[in-house]
Amino acid sequence: MWRFRLVPDNTRIQFMKGRIAGLVVSAVLSTLSLLAFFVWPGLNYGIDFKGGIIMEIRTPGPADFGKLRSTLEALHLDAVGLQQFGSPEDVMIRLGKQPGGDSAQQAAVTAVRAALDKDFPGTQVRRVDAVGGTVSAELFEKGLLALGLALGAMLIYIWFRFEWQFGVGAVATLVLDMTKIVGFYAAFQLQFNLTAVVAILTIMGYSINDKVVVYDRVRENLRLYKGMPLRELIDLSINETLNRTIATSMTVFLATLPLAVIGGEALRDFAIVLLVGIVVGTSSSIFIAAPILLFLGQRALRPGVAARAAVSEPAQ
Amino acid sequence: MHYTRWQIAMILTVCAIGILFTLPNALSPAEIASWPLQRQIHLGLDLKGGTYLLMEVDLKSVEHDRLESSLDTVRNKLRTLDVGYTNLEVRDDAIRLQLRDPGQAAEIGRQLRDALSDDPNSSDYAVTTTPDGSIALNLTEASLRLRATQAIDQSIEIVRRRIDETGVIEPQIARQGPDRILIQLPGIQDPQRLKELLGKTAKMTFRLLSPEPIPANGRPLPGTDIFPAENETALDGKPRLYLVRKRIEVDGADLTDARAGLNQQTGEWVVNFAFNGQGARRFGQVTEQNVGKPFAIVLDNKVISAPVIREPITGGRGQISGRFTAASANDLAILLRAGALPAPLKIIEERSVGPDLGADSIRAGIYACVIGMLLVMGFMVLAYGLFGGFAALALVINLALILGALSLLQATLTLPGIVGILLTIGMSVDANVLINERIREETKKGRTPLGAMQVGFSRAMGTILDANLTTLIKMMILFFVATGPVQGFAVTISIGILTSMFTAIVFVRMLMATWLRHTRPKMLPV
Repeated sequence: MWRFRLVPDNTRIQFMKGRIAGLVVSAVLSTLSLLAFFVWPGLNYGIDFKGGIIMEIRTPGPADFGKLRSTLEALHLDAVGLQQFGSPEDVMIRLGKQPGGDSAQQAAVTAVRAALDKDFPGTQVRRVDAVGGTVSAELFEKGLLALGLALGAMLIYIWFRFEWQFGVGAVATLVLDMTKIVGFYAAFQLQFNLTAVVAILTIMGYSINDKVVVYDRVRENLRLYKGMPLRELIDLSINETLNRTIATSMTVFLATLPLAVIGGEALRDFAIVLLVGIVVGTSSSIFIAAPILLFLGQRALRPGVAARAAVSEPAQ
Repeated sequence: MHYTRWQIAMILTVCAIGILFTLPNALSPAEIASWPLQRQIHLGLDLKGGTYLLMEVDLKSVEHDRLESSLDTVRNKLRTLDVGYTNLEVRDDAIRLQLRDPGQAAEIGRQLRDALSDDPNSSDYAVTTTPDGSIALNLTEASLRLRATQAIDQSIEIVRRRIDETGVIEPQIARQGPDRILIQLPGIQDPQRLKELLGKTAKMTFRLLSPEPIPANGRPLPGTDIFPAENETALDGKPRLYLVRKRIEVDGADLTDARAGLNQQTGEWVVNFAFNGQGARRFGQVTEQNVGKPFAIVLDNKVISAPVIREPITGGRGQISGRFTAASANDLAILLRAGALPAPLKIIEERSVGPDLGADSIRAGIYACVIGMLLVMGFMVLAYGLFGGFAALALVINLALILGALSLLQATLTLPGIVGILLTIGMSVDANVLINERIREETKKGRTPLGAMQVGFSRAMGTILDANLTTLIKMMILFFVATGPVQGFAVTISIGILTSMFTAIVFVRMLMATWLRHTRPKMLPV
C-alpha cells in the first residue's frame, strides 16, 4: 500500500551526534537576532506600539504618487510614507506619531482626509488606524505581559507534567525560538504590531506542542528500555516521532500557505512569520530541546548507564 | 473500540446540530425569517466595515471645574468671616490662599472646608495649612472618584444621545477602564462628522459683550474673556475677536429644545431654541435690561453669534443665526438637544474600515480557509489513506461545529478570528497524525488491527491533551490581555480546540470502530 511519507519508516538518524553543531548554530542565530534587535537595525514597531496613523486609500484611477506626495507634504505632517500595494489604485499612507499628544493624531487624519477630498476627488478612504501615544504605550505593555504570562504558564505546565529537566529544556528552547522570531522581524524590518505578538504566541504554542510530543516519547522509552543509554534513547525517540513531527509541520504549513499568498498586506507578514516559526519550532525540538535534556538528564534520568554510555562511545 | 447504537446516534446528533446552527449564516435576510434557528455569527467591524473609537474623558478638567466653581463660596465665606487674605486662586489641583494673620490658619481652614460641603460629616475637601498662614483646599480621593464616575456615566449618556440623533444603527457604547469610553459604530465609513460631534463639549452660554475695545496687548480686562468668532473673519483673515463678559447670564443647560430651520425673511439657516421656565425668566430679564446692547452666544469658548438685543424676549424662545449651512445648523441643534459634556472628550484611538474593504477581507479569508482546508485534507488522504480520509471528514465537521458554536454564542468573528479558524484546521489534525502514526507503529510491532487501534488511541491521548491544554491556556491569556479584533483570534482557536477534541478523537474513533466491525480487515490500511 503506497503512502506519502517524507521519512522512510526505519530511519535511524543519530541526531545527538550533531548536538554541538545544533547548539552552536542556534546560539549564533540567536546572538545575531539579539544584535539585530538591540544594536542594528532594531525592531520596526508598527503603529500599535509606536503610535501613528495608517490610511489605506483607493484613487479613482492609477495613483499619481508624485502629486499625492506633494499634496501630503503641503500639510507639513511628520514622517509621511507612501506605499503602493495590491492594485495600482491602492495606496497606503503611513504617518509617524504626530507631535502634540493624542489629539494631534486626529487633527492629522482630518487634514489628510480634507486634502484628499480637495486634490483627489472620488478617492475612497478604505481604512484608517490612528493610535495615540497613550494607547500605544499600553498596548506595548499588554503585549509584553501576554508573552511573559504565556511563557510562565508553559514553564509551570511542563514542570507539573514532566521532571524539571524537561521543563528547563522546553522553556530555554522556547526563549531561544522567540529570540529568533524577533530577530526575523528586525532583520527583515517587518512591521511589529499586535499581530506580531499573536504570531509569536502561536509559534510558541506550536513549538511547545512539538517538544511535548518528543518528550512524551522519551519518557515512555525511559520506562521501556531500562538499559539503554540516554543518548541512544533520545535518538530513538526523535526518530520514532519524526514522521509525526514532519506530518504536523506539513499540515500547519499547508494551512498557512494560502494566507501568505492571498491574505493581503497585513496577513501576509503574519503568515510568513508563522511559516518561519514552524521551521524554527520543529528544528529546535530536535537540535536544542533534546540536547539540553541530554546534558541535564544524563545523571538524573540514567544514573546506572551513564558510565557504560561513556565507554561505548568512542572518543570524538 | 465498541460503540452502541445510542452512542453513535448521539455523536451524529452533535455533528448535525453543528451543521444546523451553521446553516443560517448562509441564508439571505429574507430566507432567514422563515428559518427556525435565526442566530447568525456577528461580523466584527473589520469585516463588516465601521468605526471603532476609544475616547478619554479629561478628568483633570472635571477636577479643575469643581475647584473653580468652589472659588466663589470660599470668597463669600472669607468676607462673612471678615479676615484679610491675599492670592486666592486655583493652582496645582487646590484652592490656595494666604492669610494676613497666620495664627488663624487652622481655624479658618476648617471653617472654609465646612462651608464647601453640605454634609459636615463627609467633606469633599481636605484642608492643609502651614504655620506661615497659607491654606490649601483640595478634593479628597473619595470625592474625586465619585466625581469621575459621575462624569463618565454622564458623558456616556450624552455621547449616546448625540449618536442616536445622527441615526447610526446599533452603536455600541461602553465604559472601558477608569476614564475611557469605547464606541463602535457599524457601517460608518467616514466618521468625520461624528468625530466632530463627539469632540465638542457643547457648553453653551449667553453672555453680554463688554463695551470696551479689545486691549492692544491682547490680554482680557478683569472680568472678561477674549473669544474668537466661530464663523466670522476680521480684516486680516483671522477669526474676529470679541471681548465677552465672564458672567454667564443664561446657561445652555436650561435649553429644552433646539431645531434647525430656515429663517423666512433672510433665507438663512438658523437654530430655533426654547428655554425651560428658569431659563426663560432669566433670558427675559437680561434682554429687558439690555435692549440696544450686543450679547454673545458662546459655544465652547467660541462666539457663534453676537446679535444686538432689539427688544425683550420673554416667551422663552429664540433663534441663533450664525452663518450656518444646513449641516452645521443641524449639528448645533443636535449638540444643544443632547446637552453638554461634563468634560472634554478626546479620541485616543481610531480604527475605521470601509465596508468594501471588509467584504474583500471576508472573501480573502474564505478563500484562504477553503484552499487551506483542501490542502490539509489532501495531505491527510495521501499520507494515511482511509484513516486520513476519516480525519479529513472530521475537519469538515469541525469547521461546522466551530461556525455553529460561534452562531450559538453569537460571538463576533473578526479577521484574526478567521486566521484562528485556519490555524485550527492546520493544527487540529495533529491529533489524527499522532493517532495514525501510533497505530502504524503498533501494527508493525505485530499487533492485531483492534489491538493496534486501542493502543494507538490510548497512547496518543496523553500527548493530545498536553498539546491542547497548553494552547488553551495561552489563548485564555491572550483573550484577557488583548482587546478588539485580536480577541477574536483567541475565541476561534479556543472553540476550535474544544470542538477538535470531539471531531478528531471521538468522531474519528467511531468511524474507525464502525469500519473495523463491518470489514474485519487482517491489516490496517495506515
